[in-house]
Amino acid sequence: MAMPVSGVPTETPAAQAPELGSGRALGRIGRAVRLNRKATIGAVLLGIFILIALFPGVIAHDSPTQDAYPAQLGVSTAHLLGTNHYGQDLFAQLVYGTRNVLLIAFVVGLATTTIAVLIGVAAAYLGGLTDSSLNVVTDVLLVIPLFPLLIVIAAYAHGGTTLVLIAAITLTSWSYTARQLRSQALTLRRRDFLEAARVRGERPAYIILVELIPTMTSLLVASFLTNALYAVLFASSLQFIGLGDPNTVSWGTTLYWAQNNAALQTGEPLWAIAPGFLIATLGAAFALLNYAFDEIGNPALRPVRRSKRARRTDA
Amino acid sequence: MRYALRRLGFFVVTLWIALTLNFLLPRLMPGNPALAMLSKFHGELSPKAVNALEVLFGVNTKESLLSQYFSYLHQIVTGNFGTSLSQYPASVTSVIGSAIWWTIGLVGVTTTLAFLLGTGLGIVSAWRRGSKLDSVVPPTFVITSAIPYFWIAMVLVLIFGLTLHWFPSQGGYYVTTDTPGLNLTYFQDVLNHAFLPAISLLIATIGTWILTMRNTMITTLAEDYVRMARAKGLPNRRIMFDYAARNAILPNLTGFAMSLGFVVSGAILIEYVFNYPGVGFMLLQAVDGEDYPLMQGLFLLITVAVLFAILIADVLTALLDPRTRTAS
Amino acid sequence: MLEVSGLSVDYLLDRGNVRAVDDVSFTVGRGEFLGIVGESGCGKSTLLFAVAQLLAPPAEVAAGTVTFDGVNLVGLTDKQLSVMRWRDMSVVMQSAMNALNPVKTIGAQFKDAMRAHGKFTAEEIAVRSADVLKMVGIDPVHLGSYPHQLSGGMRQRSMIAMAMLFTPDLVIMDEPTSALDVVAQRSLMVQIKELQLAFGFAVIFVTHDMSLISHFSDRLMVMYAGQVDELGATKTVFDRPLHPYTQGLLEAFPSIRGPRVPLKGIPGNPPDLSRVPSGCRFRPRCPYAIDKCAEVAPDLYPLDGTLVRCLRREDGSLAS
Repeated sequence: MAMPVSGVPTETPAAQAPELGSGRALGRIGRAVRLNRKATIGAVLLGIFILIALFPGVIAHDSPTQDAYPAQLGVSTAHLLGTNHYGQDLFAQLVYGTRNVLLIAFVVGLATTTIAVLIGVAAAYLGGLTDSSLNVVTDVLLVIPLFPLLIVIAAYAHGGTTLVLIAAITLTSWSYTARQLRSQALTLRRRDFLEAARVRGERPAYIILVELIPTMTSLLVASFLTNALYAVLFASSLQFIGLGDPNTVSWGTTLYWAQNNAALQTGEPLWAIAPGFLIATLGAAFALLNYAFDEIGNPALRPVRRSKRARRTDA
Repeated sequence: MRYALRRLGFFVVTLWIALTLNFLLPRLMPGNPALAMLSKFHGELSPKAVNALEVLFGVNTKESLLSQYFSYLHQIVTGNFGTSLSQYPASVTSVIGSAIWWTIGLVGVTTTLAFLLGTGLGIVSAWRRGSKLDSVVPPTFVITSAIPYFWIAMVLVLIFGLTLHWFPSQGGYYVTTDTPGLNLTYFQDVLNHAFLPAISLLIATIGTWILTMRNTMITTLAEDYVRMARAKGLPNRRIMFDYAARNAILPNLTGFAMSLGFVVSGAILIEYVFNYPGVGFMLLQAVDGEDYPLMQGLFLLITVAVLFAILIADVLTALLDPRTRTAS
Repeated sequence: MLEVSGLSVDYLLDRGNVRAVDDVSFTVGRGEFLGIVGESGCGKSTLLFAVAQLLAPPAEVAAGTVTFDGVNLVGLTDKQLSVMRWRDMSVVMQSAMNALNPVKTIGAQFKDAMRAHGKFTAEEIAVRSADVLKMVGIDPVHLGSYPHQLSGGMRQRSMIAMAMLFTPDLVIMDEPTSALDVVAQRSLMVQIKELQLAFGFAVIFVTHDMSLISHFSDRLMVMYAGQVDELGATKTVFDRPLHPYTQGLLEAFPSIRGPRVPLKGIPGNPPDLSRVPSGCRFRPRCPYAIDKCAEVAPDLYPLDGTLVRCLRREDGSLAS
C-alpha cells in the first residue's frame, strides 16, 4: 500500500497546451518516455514483467502448484529461490503468479480510468445539478477509508475470487481519478477549440469524446498508471491477509502462505521477502512512469540545468 | 462561516453514508453472513445480545427494510454496537477500547513526524532545485512510496528483529513478563516494541509528503509573488516560508485528508505483520474469527476517525487561506 | 544612473541554449521615463527581469553588465543586492492578482518590504503604508484587506504604492496596465506620471501598447526578436519612425483624427529564437528588404539622434 504521489486534484495546473489529437499525443508520449530516464527504467521493468506473464513456461521449468520437491530447500541452480514449506518451487510460483498480478493491474487500471472519465468529464461538462450530485458521491467515496471498506466487503464475501477482487477494487477507487479528470476538464472547458466546436453546432457527446478527451491523453495515461499501481498494492494486501482466493497462484497469496507458516521466523525468509520484493519492483515501475508523466505534463517540474555562472542564492 | 457549515455538512453526510453502507452490506451479500454466525454461537448468547445482532444484521426479522434501518440507526446512535463474538461476553465498545490507544499512539506520532519531516524536506528540496539533494530525493522517494507497507515491515523484522535482535518483532509489550501500568519496565518495553512498527510506517508514508510538497512548492516558486518578494529584497528564509511554503502547503492539506485513508491501510497491515495489538490487527482478527459485530464497529470507528482528521485539516485550511473564508 | 551594456540573456533548455535577449545596451538618466515596446515574445519582460536581477532558472545572464549607481549588478549575491533592492530600485508587475501574496494582507506585505530594509517602529510602518496608499488614491483601511478582496484596478495601484515605499530612484514596470480595461489603464498611467513628476524617479515601462506609452514616455525603445531595433526620443520615433518594424507597428494603429486608411498589419510571425534568420532578423517580414539584408546582420546605427538597426538606413538607401 502506498499513497498518492502525483499532483493533488483541483489546484494542480493542468497540462500546458492542448495536445492535438491522440495520434500525435501518443507519439509525443513515446518520445518523452525514451528521453526521460525515469520513464525508461519504469517502462523497461514493466516490459520485463509483461514478458514473464506472457511466457511463464519459458522462464520457469516447474509447475507452481505441484508439491513435488522436498520442503525448505535453499537456493540452488535447480531451485532459484528454493522451495517452500510444502515442497513447491518458489521461483515457479512467483513467475506464474505474475499473470494474476498484471491481470488485476491492467483490468482495474482500465476499468477505473474508464469510470473516472465518464463520471469526471460528464460532471465537468454538464455542470449544474448533475455536477453537484456526482461531486458529492465522488467526495464521499474519496473520504471513506478504502482498505477497511475492502476488508469488510471481502470478509462478507468470504474471501473473493480474483474477479471479486477486481470488482471491489474498481468500484471503490475511481473517485480520486474522477476528481482529477473533472478539474482538468473544467480548465479545458473554456478553451477556444471547444468553443469553436460548440459554435459549429456539435453535440455535447461529440465534443466530449472527440475534442475534449484526446487532449487529456497524458492525464489519462497517468491515471491508468496510478490505478494500476494501487490495484497491485490493494489486491496483494488483501490476498496477504487471506481475503483473496488462497488457491490462486499470485504474489499476494504466496505471501499469505508464507505468513501463515511464519516464514520469517522459521528460517525461510525468502518465501516472504521475494514476493514482496516483486510487488515493490512492479510498483516502482508504475510509480516511475507516473512520476515521469507528471514531469512531461507539467514542464515546470522538469529537471533544471544550472550553469556554473548562476548566481549563488543563500538560503 | 459558510465554509465551516459546508464542511460540517459534508462530514455528516459522509458519516451517514458510512453507516448506511454498514447496514446494507451484510444484507446485500448472498447468504446473510450473520445467519451462519448466529447458528454457530447458538445457545451461547444472551437474548439481549441476540437481539442486538438481529438489529445489526437483519436476521430473523419480518420488519421492512426501512424500519430495520431506523432500528439500526437508533441502536448505533445510542452507542450499542453489539457484543463481540470472539471475545464474548465483552461488548464491542469495550473490546475496541482496549486496542484503540495502541493505534492512536503508533499512527498519531508517526504520521505527525512523517508529515513534519516530509513537508520540511520537500520544501528544502524544491528550494534547492538542481542541487545534489534535489537530484537524489525525488527518485528515492518515488520508489519508496510504491513499496507495499507490509514488505518494509517484513524486511525490518527480518534484519533488525530476527537477525540482529536489536528490537522485538512481535506484540506491543512482553505479555508474559510485563504488567501494564505506570512502571518503567512497561514503558521501556512499549517503546521498544513500538520502534520497528513506527519506523516502517514512517518510511512508507514519508515519501508522499516529500514529493507532493516538493511539486507544489516548485509550482509556487514560479509564481509572480515569489519573484516580487525577491524584488523587494526580502531575506531568503522569509521568502521560502512566508511566501512560498505558506501557499504551497494549502493544496497539500487537502491531499493530507485523502492520504489518511492510506495511512490507515498501512497501519492495519503493519500491525498485522508485527502482531501489534491495535485496532488494525483487531480488525483482521475479527475477520478471521467471523466476529462481524466487532468488524462493523471497527470499520465505523476508523471511518469516523478519518472524517474527524479531515475536518481538522479543513479547519486548518480555512485558517491559513483567507480566500476560503469569503464566499466561494 | 542606469547603464545597461551588452546585456544578453540565455534560456538553458534541454535542446540547447536560446538567446532571448541579444546584446542590448541603453541608459536611463535620473527622472527619465523610458518606454520599451514590442510584440509578445520579443524579450522585453526577460530584459526587465535581467535588469532587476530577478531571473530564475532556466534563464540566466550570459553576457553584459547592468550598472546601477556605479555598481555592476550582474553576479552579485542576493545579500549584496538586497542593499539596493526596493530602496533604490523597485518593481511593479503585470498582474497584481499574481504578484501579491494571496494569503497575506496588503499591509503585511508592505511591512515585509519595509522591515527588510531597516529598523522601523510599528508606527512608522503604519504611517508610511497609509501615506503611500493615499498617494495612489486608496483608502488606508485597505491595509487590512487581502488581495482577492480588492478590484483589479485597486490591486494594481496598491502595487504601485508598495513600489513607492522608499521613493526609489528607479521603478521598473512590466506591463502593469495590460490586465486592466481601457479606462482604468489611462487613469493608472496618469497616476504614474503624476507620481513621477512629484517625486522625480525614473521609470522603465514595458508594454505592447505603443499608442498608450507614447503619451507618457520621454524616450522609446522598440524591441524585436530579442534585439533593440530603434531607440530615440518618443516624439521623434512617433513622428518619423526609422525602422520598418516601427513603421509597421504605428501603421497598425488607426488614428482617430487622420483620414480613413485601411489598416496594415505586419505579415508573418516573429522568428523562433532558437532558429533566427540569417542577417537581419526582421528581413522575412520587411517590405524593404534587399539581398544584402539576408547576409549581413545590422548593428545599431545613430541617425539624427535616434539609434536604428537597419542596413538600408545605414547606407541611406531608404529615404525617410
